[in-house]
Amino acid sequence: MTAASMMAWWDALLSGSQGGTLLTIVLMAVITVVSRSFFFISGAEWTLPRWAQRGLQYAPMAALSAVVIPELVMTQGVFIHTVLDARLYGAVAGAAYFFWRKGGGNAVLGTIVCGMAVYLPLHIGLGW
Amino acid sequence: MMGAAPGIAAWGLMTGVAMVKSGMGTLDALTMALLVFAGSSQLAAIPLFIAGAPMWVILVTAFCVNLRFVVFSAHMRGYLMHLPRWQRLVTGYFTADLTYVLFVRRHPLPAQDADGRAVQMAYLAGNACINWLSWVSASLLGVALANFIPGAWGLGFAGVLALTGILCSLASSRLRWVAGAVAGAVAVAAYALPLKLNILAAIGVAVLLCMALESRPAFAPKEAP
Repeated sequence: MTAASMMAWWDALLSGSQGGTLLTIVLMAVITVVSRSFFFISGAEWTLPRWAQRGLQYAPMAALSAVVIPELVMTQGVFIHTVLDARLYGAVAGAAYFFWRKGGGNAVLGTIVCGMAVYLPLHIGLGW
Repeated sequence: MMGAAPGIAAWGLMTGVAMVKSGMGTLDALTMALLVFAGSSQLAAIPLFIAGAPMWVILVTAFCVNLRFVVFSAHMRGYLMHLPRWQRLVTGYFTADLTYVLFVRRHPLPAQDADGRAVQMAYLAGNACINWLSWVSASLLGVALANFIPGAWGLGFAGVLALTGILCSLASSRLRWVAGAVAGAVAVAAYALPLKLNILAAIGVAVLLCMALESRPAFAPKEAP
């Protein structure tokens, strides 16, 4: 690695990701491998500390919620001041379908279809 | 697996459309569809890419969204340790949610002899192939078709709905509901933080709070962790 490429890499790491989008995507693929192989990368016998195992079960829920909720209730960084927003009804309809089906079958697909069926008419038709 | 393939494909298609519709370049979306091969972490990363979040925040978020796979890998260890390391890593890469769920349902216990292992690995490989083909081909189709769909339709919202569905599937205990609610609230309240640090703050606060609440009788787990 040359000094210049080191600098570019460091820049991408610290500042905006635009310059390093490709690198970020490649590293995301590495994360796919590492997370899916986590406990069989090493041949040695070892276990995760207990506190980490406990924390682990809440992290996925927290991470997804932290991404999803702002996408539903904020517009350009500001909390919405109206309930006339198609995203709210779409998400509620999707979640309602999921729990109605108790998560069985292709419930995630149903969540998308049901949510879009509510979202699109409100968004395109009424401009919400 | 054949029965589930249309569902996987439809979700892949929507992920492909969502990636482009939320403003990713076509080349980036194609690379992502081909390499990353993890729908939920792709969808979670998109808003961060668009906001120009730094790489490490995107990677930490992707890893946290992928943490369920870490749990799966502990389960898969017994089935795979007979393979050399590089084969284990390749197998790990291709073992997505549905592949794992179907595999351990068909084979509840690791095989004890070479023949049994061959049968299990064949099932896993066939499963993974169908899953990979339907996901990747549909994602690529979605990326290609997205350019012919007007942005005003808001089809990128399908990505948010897919994440909502996964979120619902994770909400299996009272404390996980708490984790979701707290993380969502913190992420909104701390939205003004630079570098999308609101996501990391939300994960940190939610996880610590849930670990502190675990010992309360009201939150006693109904299922083994």
